[in-house]
Amino acid sequence: MERLRQTPSQTVGPFFAYSLTAQQYGYPYDSIVHHALLGPATPGQHIYITGRVLDGQGAPVPDAVVELWQADAQGQYRTAPINPREDDGRDFTGFGRVGTGTQAGAVFRFETIKPGAVGPGQAPHINVTLFMRGSLHGLRTRLYFEDEAAANAHDELLSAVPPERRATLLARCVAGGGLPGYHLDIHLQGAEETVFFTL
Amino acid sequence: MEPVNFDVQPPHLYPPYKSTILRSPTRPLLPVRELLKDLSLPVFGESVLQQFDNDLTKNARVNGEPIGERIKVAGRVFDEAGRPQPNVLLEIWQANAAGRYVHRREVHDAPLDPNFLGGGRVLTDREGRYSFYTIKPGAYPWGNHHNAWRPNHIHFSVLGHQLAHRLVTQMYFPGDPLFEFDPIYQSVPAHARELLVARFRMDWTDPEFALAYEFNIVLGGHHQSLFE
Ligand SMILES: [Fe+3]
Repeated sequence: MERLRQTPSQTVGPFFAYSLTAQQYGYPYDSIVHHALLGPATPGQHIYITGRVLDGQGAPVPDAVVELWQADAQGQYRTAPINPREDDGRDFTGFGRVGTGTQAGAVFRFETIKPGAVGPGQAPHINVTLFMRGSLHGLRTRLYFEDEAAANAHDELLSAVPPERRATLLARCVAGGGLPGYHLDIHLQGAEETVFFTL
Repeated sequence: MEPVNFDVQPPHLYPPYKSTILRSPTRPLLPVRELLKDLSLPVFGESVLQQFDNDLTKNARVNGEPIGERIKVAGRVFDEAGRPQPNVLLEIWQANAAGRYVHRREVHDAPLDPNFLGGGRVLTDREGRYSFYTIKPGAYPWGNHHNAWRPNHIHFSVLGHQLAHRLVTQMYFPGDPLFEFDPIYQSVPAHARELLVARFRMDWTDPEFALAYEFNIVLGGHHQSLFE
């Protein structure tokens, strides 16, 4: 097979916001991906997700961009093209993006639904990708839900993670905020270093 | 003939780029490809594009034309097997001709251009082709080390159609004298740096209007061992 060499990865740098997350940061350009992955009438349990990205000294990273990609309440990933200017409020995109530079404490916050299981041997989960200054690659991981213990125990990917590191992928339940909430801190280094994936 | 080295990716930790020291994973990444049931990524429809998203010389005009050298950047997006990738979303951002970003945290004192934002987006067509107009970005200093300057570059965010096809990279211009001093460019293995450098294309220029550069993008995972 004729094979081409991949394009090397480079850092997103500190100045992505006015293109990738312009509306969130108040720049004069529209955004096509937002903190909300859903519309008001999207079927499923509406939740919010917060978290932080923490560096090797435990300091919150204020210039990361976090992307979520997840299945709907039936465990289906959206395949229809996303047309943000034509959606009618029911549309679930399953895709969200937030920069960590606009909330106190460098917190990211998404609104979405709890995903259904994608198939047997799969606990509900959300694909997470991080880009930031100081990272030469996108970092991929997954968010699982702490209150899905039974499903988590049989998840194929989670089972491939060394037991002592599985907790780094579990979002914990938090109260307040009007919706059921989950929080996940992503540790780039240290004793609680998040498990990152390679494809 | 030399065997082709497909290991083109920079390491996670590259100490000359100082911010990697506290922000790169220290443990081996978990290989998950065989465990994934669904490799899809979101797809965007044509309606995400506004009239001047692919023309950065027009999409932020206030009272005139932006200052600087007008250029066209064009190319194709492929997978590693050489198949053109249609409907791939490219999001782009860059400094203006003076090397200044429209960003609140930017501290470089080069002038802002009231008619230039430096952000845009484009989708590839059925043959994987894309094209946009912009102003050639200037070099700018940054705080990595004494007298550190970034070579001229355009940032690209690429959203292909499977998880391994999510890429963020930077396009550089041929012959930049700053290459040898820039740790971000140097983080890539020497044999692969050329893959980040656009090719000047006299035959693609718009006569009397804009010079042209070709920048092709190849998407794939980090699975160096898969084919070897
Ligand atoms: Fe830059």
